[in-house]
Amino acid sequence: MTGAPIALGSARVSPVRPTAAPPKPYRFPRFEIATLDNGLRVIVAPVRVLPVVTALVLVDAGASAEAAGRDGVANLTARGLLEGTMRRDGNALTEQFERLGAGVFAGADWDTANAGVTVLRAHLEPALALLGELVLTPSFPERDIARLRAERLADLLQMRTEPRGLADEMFARFVYDPVSRYARPEEGGPETVSTLTRDDVRRFYTDRYRPRGSTLVLVGDVSVDEGLELARGMLGDWTGTASRSPVPGEAPARTTRAVHLVRKPDAPQSELRIGHIGLPRTHPDYFPVLLMNAVLGGLFSSRINLNLREAHAYTYAAFSGFAWRRGAGPFVVSTAVESDVTADAAREVLAEIERIRAEPITAAELSLATSYLGGVFPIKYETTDAIARALAALAAFDLPLDYFDTYRDAVRAVSIADVQRAAQRYLHPDALQVVVVGDASEIKSPIAAMQIGPLLEYGADGVEIPSD
Amino acid sequence: MRIPIESYRLSNGLVVTLSEDHTAPIVAVNLWYRVGSANERLGRTGFAHLFEHMLFQGSEHVAANEHFELIQRAGGTLNGSTWLDRTNYYETVPSNELALALWLEADRMGALLPAMTQQKLDTQRDVVKNERRWSMDNQPYGTWSERLPALTYPSSHPFHHSLIGSMEDLSAASLDDISGFFSTYYRPDNAVLSIAGDFESPQARALVERYFGVLPRGASPIPPLADMQLPPLFGEWRREVVLDMVMVPRLFLAFRAPVFGTDEYYAGSVLGAILGMGKASRLQRELVRGREIASEASAFTFDLTQGADLLVIDATARPEVSSEALEDEVAREVDAVRDAGVTAADVERAVALMETAFVTSLQSAGERADRLSMFAAMFGDPRLLNEQTDRYRAVTVERVNAFARDRLGTNNRASLLYVPKDGAEGQRDEAEAASGATR
Repeated sequence: MTGAPIALGSARVSPVRPTAAPPKPYRFPRFEIATLDNGLRVIVAPVRVLPVVTALVLVDAGASAEAAGRDGVANLTARGLLEGTMRRDGNALTEQFERLGAGVFAGADWDTANAGVTVLRAHLEPALALLGELVLTPSFPERDIARLRAERLADLLQMRTEPRGLADEMFARFVYDPVSRYARPEEGGPETVSTLTRDDVRRFYTDRYRPRGSTLVLVGDVSVDEGLELARGMLGDWTGTASRSPVPGEAPARTTRAVHLVRKPDAPQSELRIGHIGLPRTHPDYFPVLLMNAVLGGLFSSRINLNLREAHAYTYAAFSGFAWRRGAGPFVVSTAVESDVTADAAREVLAEIERIRAEPITAAELSLATSYLGGVFPIKYETTDAIARALAALAAFDLPLDYFDTYRDAVRAVSIADVQRAAQRYLHPDALQVVVVGDASEIKSPIAAMQIGPLLEYGADGVEIPSD
Repeated sequence: MRIPIESYRLSNGLVVTLSEDHTAPIVAVNLWYRVGSANERLGRTGFAHLFEHMLFQGSEHVAANEHFELIQRAGGTLNGSTWLDRTNYYETVPSNELALALWLEADRMGALLPAMTQQKLDTQRDVVKNERRWSMDNQPYGTWSERLPALTYPSSHPFHHSLIGSMEDLSAASLDDISGFFSTYYRPDNAVLSIAGDFESPQARALVERYFGVLPRGASPIPPLADMQLPPLFGEWRREVVLDMVMVPRLFLAFRAPVFGTDEYYAGSVLGAILGMGKASRLQRELVRGREIASEASAFTFDLTQGADLLVIDATARPEVSSEALEDEVAREVDAVRDAGVTAADVERAVALMETAFVTSLQSAGERADRLSMFAAMFGDPRLLNEQTDRYRAVTVERVNAFARDRLGTNNRASLLYVPKDGAEGQRDEAEAASGATR
């Protein structure tokens, strides 16, 4: 069959592409910030569309705050909050929440620990009372802490045969110097998690879970006054100050390129992670880098995706990204490609990284990225949960209070020259680590032939296999 | 919780649903075609999904890959998905770009074929093969989503075969297949268009008429699906054991269940939530927290609207637990619910969770549009969306217990059990030794 048009009757859709109507104004939901007597910051964003409220408590108690040898205690503590309070055990606590229709959650990332709930307005007061209770008076039962520890170890075990998670973990290990907390898994590796005790959890909680340094975010069907009143009722009795957690070191594991091949026998696909250390969230060039990354690999129509997926059909998806943390998270290109084109895909990725540094991007590429990032802005914030997380980021990274109001202007202000400067300053082809999780018997030779750098091989446990 | 809903039909058969909401200047456009993997013929598994990919490769007035670029340039998000008995295409755009979204959908509904080439088909075939590798072949337990339907629907049933398709069948797909599939199923009288968000009804209707009104209704009758009817129970306890590159056993225990929309469905859905939704669910309380048999346990339904649905329990063993113990413990919990029933408090918790989930999902214009399309396409009435909360609130303890007695018996079970292969077991012992893990 050729490209000859098929006429379906005589009626056809107009070939005239419609032009857009004038854009309508949009403003990120207004919010108020207040500080309680105990130092707790409270952010309230009334959004009275549906009778829903999201409450999020943020504590400076992420993985970055862990003491040496205590990797994993941040997550263990955050999850441990749900295992019971002085008043009721874990089963009773979660049952109480869920009978209010509130699915409570708690966890930690690199920079913060968070506990929260999304609930219908009718059940807001009791849900917040319970949330306050678990933040202020967790009991951390020995048995359940041991169980959470075992569950984390079980996750780590399962990663052996799960190539995506394995690739992410190995990538961090090969990019960062071992002394950096970022080199090791965010939720802790087997060596440290197995040694964590209830005392470690209690100590971490006592040191870090304090109102001064923490934030409560309330978004939804609640007024500012109501929100502050509820905050006082829920967390007013909380006392103390937590010192600001340190920012993890950013030393790289090596300063020259290398290829790291992690063996997964018979794998039909290779998981590729190519990158190096990136930038901290508050870097002054955030917006040029955001736009640069969008063009390189942040959109479906980005260079990397169109190259690897649409032009070459190597993969279902390929993208690039900067991990934005208080410290410098990694820059990484991620994709899963058919095993026999692993070396080809790596070559294309390297070529795209070189190209965006060598030549300015086109006006069409910049305008696509700009209009996408500007246009999609309101679509990102339809739900109370999404708005709460945006405000949590504002708090965690000390972003300016008008950040959301100036976001689209900041995006539009980035020029082609800005993008090229960002590419040249912050993409480092000579320092790239190429990590591949796949079938070594199929991919080792072609990759070695590319001469990207020294090739190191590892088992799924991450232990290096000496070369012959 | 009620949202405004208007509905009408064009003369060419296209059903249109509109729901205005002026909270934010965005609008969601959603199209459901009543075609899915169930419509595939022998030797062409995965075709409906491959076809979905082709729909993004341009149409008469849209160049290759331009669809994605145009929507993203307009500041919108977009995607599509293929399911057993429907394929949907959707985008959410700033509301001043509604015309573009509608024009794009109409162009590919009316004139996809001029843009179809062998090269595009070959590329998307490879993309889909990689999608299969990524989501199934290179993932532990990845094949569950094709093994479970194969186990729980007879081989002649439209829901039996793999949705993403076999590599062999994907290789066989041709441009003639594309042409035939398009003409048979992609037509206004086999579709529902929903628009939710910031628009004015008269203007939206005018745009729909301008772009979709010109499209002709299909030339021939839509071929009906093969008979979907199934007995309410499996009539046995069927089992499949899969040796896989996994570190721990995982069990999918399925029960044949009533289709979405029936009274019994809501009772079953509540039972599923009692069993496996949230940390206070039975399975989590007993198997995860209590006896530490499972590291994860949940329950869900597929929500199929034809033939028969499935209620599925999904439990992953803790490393030191054998597959036999996992099966026994899950069965023990199921038997307990079947024999002793559930309480009013159990039902209250489940309904409260589902209600919160429902209301929060309504915050998203894309979600609203998709649900409207579903009710319109499968039940002929989008207003049913506004009745869902009432249907859940009407579920009683008696009805849930009747469902448990009728459907949770040993004559209505299908077990799909993944067990570590020898090699994986070895790695596990090694890992446990390395971590010094003790109970």
